[in-house]
Amino acid sequence: MGGFISSSIGKKFFMSITGLFLVMFLLVHLTANLALLLGPDTFNIVSHFMGTNPIIQIMQPALAIGFILHIIYATVLTLQNQKARGTEGYSKVVNSHQSSFASKNMYILGGLVLSFLVLHIINFFWKIKVTGDPLLADVMIHGEEMENAYALVAGLFIDPNLGFIYSAVYAIAAIALGLHLTHGFWSAFQTIGFSNDVWRKRLTVVGYLFAMLVGGGFAIIPIFLMLFGAK
Amino acid sequence: MDLKIKAWRQKNANSKGGFENYDVQNITEDSSFLEMLDVLNEQLLGEGTEPIAFDHDCREGICGMCSLFVNGRAHGPDTEITTCQLHMRKFKDGDTITIEPWRSGGFPIIKDLMVDRTAYDKILQAGGYVSINTGGVPDGNAIPIAKIDSDEAMDAASCVGCGACVATCKNSSAMLFVSSKVSQLALLPQGKIEGKRRAQAMVAKMDELGFGNCTNTGACEIECPKGISIAHIARLNREFLFATCKD
Repeated sequence: MGGFISSSIGKKFFMSITGLFLVMFLLVHLTANLALLLGPDTFNIVSHFMGTNPIIQIMQPALAIGFILHIIYATVLTLQNQKARGTEGYSKVVNSHQSSFASKNMYILGGLVLSFLVLHIINFFWKIKVTGDPLLADVMIHGEEMENAYALVAGLFIDPNLGFIYSAVYAIAAIALGLHLTHGFWSAFQTIGFSNDVWRKRLTVVGYLFAMLVGGGFAIIPIFLMLFGAK
Repeated sequence: MDLKIKAWRQKNANSKGGFENYDVQNITEDSSFLEMLDVLNEQLLGEGTEPIAFDHDCREGICGMCSLFVNGRAHGPDTEITTCQLHMRKFKDGDTITIEPWRSGGFPIIKDLMVDRTAYDKILQAGGYVSINTGGVPDGNAIPIAKIDSDEAMDAASCVGCGACVATCKNSSAMLFVSSKVSQLALLPQGKIEGKRRAQAMVAKMDELGFGNCTNTGACEIECPKGISIAHIARLNREFLFATCKD
């Protein structure tokens, strides 16, 4: 087993497994976020559920570990790959087709997503879980008291001064995430060995659809709130 | 046709190399790329300059000896060929052609455009040969092998070990080569028995020799002169994971 963990395929295996785990998380997160389009009550109920459901609470530290492992392994592999290339590079390389922009820039795209993640946590997670915010003052929905998460989230994008900038940053990050997924999705299956000439085509198509769903889905929310305002 | 050649010159493994510019005249477009280099070398000999060292052997596209990174592509501007099968009709009169050696930490330069590809031999040695006793020659069709399996094994076996995959890969990964060599045996009954052990041994050697980690960009299969698919890489990953589970 020790040989597996230190081997190239072993390290990539952990990249894939953590990546697929994060893909699952994205689906849950996106589903919850789309409630923002349906108005304050729906989103607040969803947000209350996410904040109190025991399974979600257990998954939170697991998710953090997933992110950290994915980032650590990505860094180790990228550094090894740069070293493997040797000291002298080619003076001229024709990217002769097909190998996609995303596949060649996964670490950079991942880095963009990570830097966004820091901002995202400061904007919402930190305020909800740690510091609190006046916007979060409890509201009564169907006889139950809960935090007004909608006011906090929508407030960021409809802010008259910074709303446009935040919306743009969130939309760009969603696109970067989508690009990361265009390669990441099928690549994860390839690395765990679940691919051949037939399945590769299928997985690539599913990966692109998934990337468009996730990237587009996350990008729509800030743009929608900015354009149509909070309800 | 008249051409300008910008070729990498390097005295030996330890010296610092650099590009040199040469002019060649009256090259017919029917000549191969290596013949053009022969003409250039004759010219250099006549001028009292040391000819450019480059790898070549069969010149029939089957031995895998010729290398060369021509105008930014392994084996030059054509698909599914080795450099010896690249013809001058792919270039235009007056073109400047940039020729570089394979560049990879795993393939150190010996001289000029020649690189040391011993690393591939070491990986093959780590894999070993089929060492189980398979008995005498079996009767024809006594061991049925599905057509699809024999075809895939043959596709994998067509790898000539030229190193274009490593040269092209942005990570200098040898996964396409190793996966071909694993697949060509793992798909057939004689090789299947030791398939997992072989995958482990070859991957361990590949890692030890400092080749990079595959990130599935697919650049290798595009430049492979034999058009070997990265589906073999998925098979290698599978073999390796199952081998680890068994241990």
